[in-house]
Amino acid sequence: MADLLASRQLRRWLPWVLIVVAALVLPALLPPFRLNLLGRFLSLGIVALGIDLIWGYTGMLSLGQGIFFALGGYALGMYLQLDSLEPGQLPEFFSLYGVKSLPAFWQPFNSPLFTLFAIWVIPALVAGGLGYLVFRNRIKGVYFSILTQAALLVFFNFFNGQQKLINGTNGLKTDTAVIFGQLVGSDGMQRALFWITVLLAIGAFLLCRWLTRGRFGDALIAIRDDEPRLRFTGYNPTAYKTVVFAVAGALAGISGALYTVQSGIISPQYMAVPFSIEMVIWVAVGGRGTLIGAVLGAVLINYAKSLVSEALPETWLFIQGGLFLLVVTALPDGLVGWWRSGGPASLLALVAPPPKLATYPELDLNPEVKAEQQQLEGPAGGDQS
Amino acid sequence: MTLLELRGVTVSFDGFLALNDLNLQLAPGELRAVIGPNGAGKTTFLDVITGKVRPTKGDVFFRGRSLVGQSEHRISRLGIGRKFQTPRVYQNLTPRRNLELAVRGPHGPAALLFGSLSSEQRDRVQHLLGVVGLEVHANQPAGGLSHGQKQWLEIAMLVAQDPELLLVDEPVAGLTDEETARTSELLRQLAGDHTVLVIEHDMEFIRDLQAPVTVLHEGHVLCEGSMDQVQNDPRVIEVYLGRDIQEDEA
Repeated sequence: MADLLASRQLRRWLPWVLIVVAALVLPALLPPFRLNLLGRFLSLGIVALGIDLIWGYTGMLSLGQGIFFALGGYALGMYLQLDSLEPGQLPEFFSLYGVKSLPAFWQPFNSPLFTLFAIWVIPALVAGGLGYLVFRNRIKGVYFSILTQAALLVFFNFFNGQQKLINGTNGLKTDTAVIFGQLVGSDGMQRALFWITVLLAIGAFLLCRWLTRGRFGDALIAIRDDEPRLRFTGYNPTAYKTVVFAVAGALAGISGALYTVQSGIISPQYMAVPFSIEMVIWVAVGGRGTLIGAVLGAVLINYAKSLVSEALPETWLFIQGGLFLLVVTALPDGLVGWWRSGGPASLLALVAPPPKLATYPELDLNPEVKAEQQQLEGPAGGDQS
Repeated sequence: MTLLELRGVTVSFDGFLALNDLNLQLAPGELRAVIGPNGAGKTTFLDVITGKVRPTKGDVFFRGRSLVGQSEHRISRLGIGRKFQTPRVYQNLTPRRNLELAVRGPHGPAALLFGSLSSEQRDRVQHLLGVVGLEVHANQPAGGLSHGQKQWLEIAMLVAQDPELLLVDEPVAGLTDEETARTSELLRQLAGDHTVLVIEHDMEFIRDLQAPVTVLHEGHVLCEGSMDQVQNDPRVIEVYLGRDIQEDEA
């Protein structure tokens, strides 16, 4: 068993096998309510991917991804509000505040094509613009985090206060909207949305992998590890950070739109400070710097949250806090990082009889030595112990 | 024709003069050693050239153009490369990827995303890995390399950039005698095609370079000349051994 867990091939492929099996089996097994939850959490995986790009790879801890998440959600929410109306009618809430004509910025959201782009282009532009100003002034580290959180609060308060523009605190309902002749909240529609989420999550994952695999990804890691050094090599980190922050913003927007239609409402609560911090926790627990870790973290933690909250409503916050502490202190690379570095095998080794050694423990068991051996002897050589 | 010229450069950190009216000229293809006791301003001197520190007074010219006020990456693209005092390689990337980031070519996001390395660049990386003896370690994270290997990797990164002017800060700190000798040979090979400025404490190494020496003291050029001239200069002896001792003896 220990040998099996130690095998590199298995360590690499087992998570993928589980994911594919889950994707094929779960939609058939789960009742609509659970499937809908899974779809929601998977859409949160997309915003987590963006956070992993900017935090895990580029080293910028943003506590304000909720801005872009909610912007995407609002874009789709506004379209759905307008789509189910008769010509000349206004969304219902406007009459409460005495608004007689549609505000100008609502007009473009009559167009489905515009909305399809607005969902990710608007958050990307906001992120890119905000990011450019911050990065050009070489604001980084904890100052960047504080700034993003402050921006989040500004957006939160603004959206909360604007009843006449976007229904303020109450937000926009999407469940009762009708699209393609079906209620958005209906089971059939939700099942379709689940599959759309799966496809978009795969797309987002492949995009992030493409971004991080080659020299562009190397440059991101170089920015994270030693930004001044990269400047002296002729790179302008501002350009890279702006691009990657905009991409993360776009992903957050898509994620927010998918989340909105699967939970039935978009409100300024999506821009609340704790929610954006939770997003960071998903990535930290799943494993920052590993793309699959970001998605798994988002799905697993949120699923755990809903299960725990159903059984013991009061305890979830403690569990989440404990999980975060555990990861920060014991598993700095998150669950996936722990898995990849042979964590399960070493955990098993604590209770199992010691493995047979050919030489000395330091030589036979040291992961670095093993990796070097594997390097020198080729892929087949490492697993002799 | 001078490649690099510093004219009356003064850098003041809250009144402390790290550089004080520094004048220096480098001709194309020259190999120059800069020495000086601790706190003489050697590293600040490199910071001024590479754009990290802006001079309080004075100007820096590279090929007749002023560098003052330009950002680090622009100065680097003009053809000035720098090796840092402590080896600064990207620990989480392999030596090969370190070199691929450094290798001369377009450095924008689009170029890195949509373009790929030319076969010429690839050959250059492979060649440099061979030169610094890191072929075996080419695909393991650079964080696992020894101190000497990191020093060499950083020098290789500098060469990969193919700059006209190489600024090398303490290249042999912590290297064995054999590695030191090889480094000196490498730097002498580079001079001629490139202009090389070396800052070092190791006098044996400087002597080995057989290059003209500039002595910095309290942010100012104390004297210039060959190693023998410099070592026999009474002012240099005074600076290195200290005035107090001599007065005590007298």
